[in-house]
Amino acid sequence: MEFIILILAGVLFATAIYNLLQKQLLRIIIGTVLLSHGAHLFILTMGKLKRGEPPILADGVSEYTDPLPQALILTSIVISFGITSLLLVLAYRTATENNTDNMEQLRGNDNE
Amino acid sequence: MNNLAVLPIIIPLVSGIILAFFPKKLNLVRPLSKIFMLINLVIAGYLLWTVFSEGSVILETGGWKAPYGIVLVADKLATLLVFTTNIIAAACALYAPYSLSDRKEQYYFYSFFFFLITGVSGAFLTGDLFNMFVFFEVLLMASYALIVLGGDKVQLRESIKYVFINLFSSMLFVTAVAFIYGALGTVNIAQIAERVQEVDQQGILTTVGILLFFVFAVKAALFPLYYWMPNSYAVPNPVISALFGALLTKVGIYSIIRVFSLIFVHKIEVTHGMFIWIAGLSMIFGIIGAISTNNIKLIIAYNIIPAIGFILMGIGVFNQSSVSGSIYYLVHDMLIKGSLFMLAGTIAYAAGTSDLRKFSGLIHYYPFIGWLLFSSGFILAGIPPFSGFIGKLLLLKGALANKDIAIVIIGLLSSLLILYSIMKIFINGFWGEKDETIKPVSLKGRIAPIVMLLALSVFMGIGAEFIYPFVESISTDLIQPEVYIDAVLKE
Repeated sequence: MEFIILILAGVLFATAIYNLLQKQLLRIIIGTVLLSHGAHLFILTMGKLKRGEPPILADGVSEYTDPLPQALILTSIVISFGITSLLLVLAYRTATENNTDNMEQLRGNDNE
Repeated sequence: MNNLAVLPIIIPLVSGIILAFFPKKLNLVRPLSKIFMLINLVIAGYLLWTVFSEGSVILETGGWKAPYGIVLVADKLATLLVFTTNIIAAACALYAPYSLSDRKEQYYFYSFFFFLITGVSGAFLTGDLFNMFVFFEVLLMASYALIVLGGDKVQLRESIKYVFINLFSSMLFVTAVAFIYGALGTVNIAQIAERVQEVDQQGILTTVGILLFFVFAVKAALFPLYYWMPNSYAVPNPVISALFGALLTKVGIYSIIRVFSLIFVHKIEVTHGMFIWIAGLSMIFGIIGAISTNNIKLIIAYNIIPAIGFILMGIGVFNQSSVSGSIYYLVHDMLIKGSLFMLAGTIAYAAGTSDLRKFSGLIHYYPFIGWLLFSSGFILAGIPPFSGFIGKLLLLKGALANKDIAIVIIGLLSSLLILYSIMKIFINGFWGEKDETIKPVSLKGRIAPIVMLLALSVFMGIGAEFIYPFVESISTDLIQPEVYIDAVLKE
């Protein structure tokens, strides 16, 4: 199971990098979203996908799920969600203000 | 267990929230922000005094014992940097009303300003790697908002790249934390250090260490990962540039100091040997950038890169003298970059442009600013007896003791070129024909914060005898990881 999810994370990373290398702003944003999903899945697999009881100390519970990766992912998801919404607004404003969504034309030149 | 450690994070956070309620009432917001800043400065000073007299203040939040819960560790290095951060923030709070237009101030400038301080202090004080990521995001979120404040065409264009680069490196940071959690089963920095020590830092851990270095190097704008920095630091308002230049890249280099003096110290020949080369290349390429441009804000922004190179060089050499040199240089650089960015903003305001080719003879109108720039150039380049000199002396002494001659030569040469890059502003902008088109403007209120920061960095040079023992005790702690580990884990 862990192996499959690791491959999935790898595929997500690869598509994310492919999208990050595009010139269109929206595609780059999709790339960053995929990248964060890949990273989150990666944390989950790194904490080992143990199946068992919830992590509450009680009699008779020997197998329990590691709560830490889930806490980390939750925090990380909230952060990436916030940044993605900010990025979408920022990209919209940039595109309307500069009249282009092509990164090639958004290059700065010195001394202006 | 002491709640003092959380105050430098909580106070700016609460201040930012309070100020967010009435952004339009500038007559109320301005004095309030100064009062909050003063309270924060006093608390940070008190924390510094406590830590130096009684040892590290450690807060285990929620009463969870150290490796299990979230810990805040206020050790000597962290508190010194929190205190410096607050000094710079206080200077920026004084400078802000003169530098920003009323409209920009009304767009929640002070709230974001305090959130930025929250994030920076948090990143310095946190004791676990994942919370470091969270505080990085807190400060980056505030910086994203500050960098587009005003929404000019050029600001939007540069900020989108800034956001992409930082987001990408943050996601790599999460990946590196996941690797560490997978390999060592903990995210608490002290416990990671302990476990890395137990297994003697095997191959995979060095790889993770270099991945972490890559992440921090992007945030700290080191060679070859600095390309995003100069333009995006030059476009926002001068007070925001000053905050960014003084604080943001320093958080990155602080993380490198923390991680590579505490956790990954068992394969020094691989990691730290690489740092020396990266430091040398950062100096060379940063200073080439600074000389190549005619925009005064860009010159100052490019000067961040060699400074970070100097600090990294101290970590790379890694002996007592060079580490104290790094810390000295780090504090010195925070002060001087803050004042230089404000100074560049003032000059650009006075001259009406930041392009050096378009104005000259400014010294006829503003002699005092001219001499401020002249002396800050000396401080930056490390002319004795100013603060840059003490830091560089310690760094070079450490490097010579380790027989790293190449880096010493590069460091000395780049110091000369740093001086040249500042003198270029002086020669082209201040000397020369009196420019009749310039209409003298009042610079009331802009000078005081700059003089305050410059006076502090002059004091750091002249009063080195007074400051050096503190820096030395920090570096003694840093090169012995056990001090930090024992302070946090206690057993």
